[in-house]
Amino acid sequence: MASENGNLVELRDVHKIYRRDRIEIPVLQGVNLNVKQGEFLALMGPSGSGKSTLLNLIAGIDLPTKGEVRVAGESLGTLASERLSRWRARHVGFIFQLYNLIPVLTAAQNVELPLLLTRLSGKERRDRVKLALELVSLADRDNHYPRMLSGGEEQRVAIARAIVADPTLLVADEPTGDLDAKNATEILTLLKRLNEELKKTIIMVTHDPHAAERAHVTVHLDTGVLAP
Amino acid sequence: MKFVRLVLANLMRAKRRTFLTVFSIAIALFLFCTLRTVITSFEASLRASNASRLIVRHASSLVFPLPLSYKERIAQVAGVAGVSYGNWFGGYYQNPKNQFAQFAVDISTFFDLFPEVLLQPAEKDAFRSERTACIVGRGLAKKYGWKIGDQIPIIGTIFPGEWRLTVRGIYAGETRDTDENTIFFHWDYLNESLPDVRKNQVGIYWVKIASADMAAAASRSVDALFENSSQPTKTETEKAFQAGFISMIGNVQLLLSILGSAIVFAIMLVTINTMMMAARERTTEIAILKTIGFTDRLVLLLVGGEALLLSLLGGALGCGLAAIVFHESDFTAGGFFPNFRVLPETIGLGLVLAAVMGVLSGLVPAVQAGRLKIANALRKVV
Amino acid sequence: MGIPITYNIRNLYARRVSTILTALGIALVAWVFIFTLALAGGFQAALRSTGSRDNVIVTRSGSTAELTSIIARETASVIAGQPEIARAPDGTPLVTSELVVLWNLERKNGTPTNVVVRGVTSKSIPLRPNVHLAEGRMFRPGLDEIVVGKLASARFAHCSVGDRLKLAGRQWTIVGMIDAGGTAFDSEIWGDVELFMPMFDRPVYQSVTFRLDDRSHFGAIQKRLEADPRMSVQVKREDEFYAAQSEALSALLRGLGIFVTLIMALGAVFGALNTMYAAVGSRTKEIGTLLALGFSRRSVLASFLLESILLASFGGILGCLLALPVSGFTTSTMNFASFSEIAFRFRVTPSMLLSGIAFAAIMGAVGGFFPARKAARRAIIEALREA
Repeated sequence: MASENGNLVELRDVHKIYRRDRIEIPVLQGVNLNVKQGEFLALMGPSGSGKSTLLNLIAGIDLPTKGEVRVAGESLGTLASERLSRWRARHVGFIFQLYNLIPVLTAAQNVELPLLLTRLSGKERRDRVKLALELVSLADRDNHYPRMLSGGEEQRVAIARAIVADPTLLVADEPTGDLDAKNATEILTLLKRLNEELKKTIIMVTHDPHAAERAHVTVHLDTGVLAP
Repeated sequence: MKFVRLVLANLMRAKRRTFLTVFSIAIALFLFCTLRTVITSFEASLRASNASRLIVRHASSLVFPLPLSYKERIAQVAGVAGVSYGNWFGGYYQNPKNQFAQFAVDISTFFDLFPEVLLQPAEKDAFRSERTACIVGRGLAKKYGWKIGDQIPIIGTIFPGEWRLTVRGIYAGETRDTDENTIFFHWDYLNESLPDVRKNQVGIYWVKIASADMAAAASRSVDALFENSSQPTKTETEKAFQAGFISMIGNVQLLLSILGSAIVFAIMLVTINTMMMAARERTTEIAILKTIGFTDRLVLLLVGGEALLLSLLGGALGCGLAAIVFHESDFTAGGFFPNFRVLPETIGLGLVLAAVMGVLSGLVPAVQAGRLKIANALRKVV
Repeated sequence: MGIPITYNIRNLYARRVSTILTALGIALVAWVFIFTLALAGGFQAALRSTGSRDNVIVTRSGSTAELTSIIARETASVIAGQPEIARAPDGTPLVTSELVVLWNLERKNGTPTNVVVRGVTSKSIPLRPNVHLAEGRMFRPGLDEIVVGKLASARFAHCSVGDRLKLAGRQWTIVGMIDAGGTAFDSEIWGDVELFMPMFDRPVYQSVTFRLDDRSHFGAIQKRLEADPRMSVQVKREDEFYAAQSEALSALLRGLGIFVTLIMALGAVFGALNTMYAAVGSRTKEIGTLLALGFSRRSVLASFLLESILLASFGGILGCLLALPVSGFTTSTMNFASFSEIAFRFRVTPSMLLSGIAFAAIMGAVGGFFPARKAARRAIIEALREA
């Protein structure tokens, strides 16, 4: 999975330009980045700097205008849409700022979603869901709907969903942005545990320096390039 | 199958909208089944017609009779296995609104030519042996409360006066489509009551042929016999004869089909609108699913599947309702349709139609969902 | 103070696709409504207005249609001599004795059908105010000439002026076409009754029709003729006689039309409900703003209700426009009383169009009421918060 020098993620001269009507907006202008397997990386920068865009490229949600993005041994730009989806299902767990749970599904059903894309049997799926929810200490709330959960609990369900399929890489976009201090700390502790105990590689976008402190490495993005 | 729960859960998201949509589709299909049943009821006589029976009548007009002497000559045509005859009586019971078919028939040959008229042997004998006897169909007996032994007065219009007939049998039809709303009585009784100038004239000959594929040849042969006489004949299968009548009502069938199409189309527009409205609310969720790794194709199928499921539910509800309502209620539209029932083919057609509606109404949202770019959709939220 | 109507119009335009789809759905319901009214109305008009209130038709007692009636020559003479019969300008009585048979003809598409062939006299057209010669000329008595009704000409093969038609073993030349104003006579073929009688081997008439000199004399002549022991006849006003023939089928057509339209309207109302609920749902913030600005709840309710009615009326007008081409379309069905084919025209009247629009507006009101009420009930803060 990792390349010979232990890199899980390699970005080479990555550019991303958005086109809206006739206007071109350059968001990333030549980014080079390596992330080692097992690393916990914090990505910081002012708003509009392109952090989320960079995250989307690493997760295979978006494709660069120029340059190469290699994750888990694959050059993402070469993959066709269908293969990219399958790759993402296997390798990436995404955690959003606004949790983005599906409101008409229970916590357990939400967590199960990534497993629907596998060939696991119903029983196997249920076992894994239970495991994931136990990991985030919410096993007893499995049949609750998101509207019955607090913000922190929702985010924990989202994390459970992100890890249930045992992805290679966890990607988090401002995971504590919408939470109060206490819940934020809980979430960060959880992420730290996932990194240390389960050896999950985590790339986290944040604007909170306290959150960044929990990571191994912090990089700064400013107007589309990484600060040296 | 594991995705069905996801689809169902999405439908329950906006319960009111789901119910309204299902009900409007159910309504459309209910109407469709009803209109189609009007058409199939008209055609019931076609389904019941006997492929081995020919009808011989005056070539120029139903109104003109044929001589009784034709019987022997028709019987000798190649392929003919039996000949009977009768006259359309055209009367009514009690008041002109109560019109139904009455035929004066030749008793000696009638049952041979009409095996689908089922009678108890005792009733058959009683009918045969009494000059003023008649047999009535089950439908008529039920409608007017007639019982064996009743004397019923029929007012003649073609053959004027009041004719008293005694019910000696109540017949049942062999199949569900066989007509059970006719009165048959003795031709001899009619004939002997007529003035000399009108005697021995037959309205219609029925011909039994040895096998159905001899129909065309036998018809031509019979007509050839009389084509240069002053009373030429027209011979055709019973089915063709019925079809001729139906073609006169025929345009109404076309009109009903137009109505049915307009209805289905209208409701489909409404459904498309609903699906598109629903889709607009779900862009974030679609993006999430794609982020998790759901492929474009899977998402397209899920959204399309939702529309299909809605439509099939509505279709099943509407068709089922039609079948039950018309079965239970004994609906006959004032006697126009003695046997108004929804055929299984109609229900099948309705369900197929519902499925097509489902696919079409879900098409645009499904394709849009398939094409959704995650990055664009997520940017809107954050 | 009310919310201006431009607000509603702009919003309908902003949601163009949804507006068009819903309007089209309602347009179709209105169209079906007008279509079935035009169908039933056309059929009934064709038969009812075939007869005139001033005329009386005499047929054999018990007959429901001319076809089954028989009136002997002597009987016809007696009837023609009655004092209540009006006089033509030349002093002769305005009475006609006619023969009616069914004849097997081919439609233009080749399929066979039954057509009414009528033997008429010189008084037949003068007696019927809605019948006049439209093309060519009337046939000359004693010659192989006939005239055809304009709908018969349109629908049946070899039935145009100048064609030759075979009837009762002889060739007849069509010398003229009559226009009967869309009534039953438009589907008939007329010829000289004195020639037809021996040709069809029918030395009897089917009916005697005459004009009353005074409408009030009907009762007297009816009583006298029906009681006359020399004959067994029934005496009816001509319009009632023909109207009775159409009763059953018209009732069926009308019943079917109402049934279909009502149920379809239900479906359309559901559609309107869906659309309006969605509209309300997507505009909560606007509603909150409007309320905060000082517009009353009632005016919010009125505004949404109006929007729904506007949308539906637009659909209704669309449906009317779509229905207009239907008018004048000729179709045909079976006259069950005479087992003959009767052609008739769809008749779309202005009142039907207005009914269609009104019907659509009502659907809009019903479909818009509950969503409008929901819009008006929203608490201001809650509405504003919902971003």
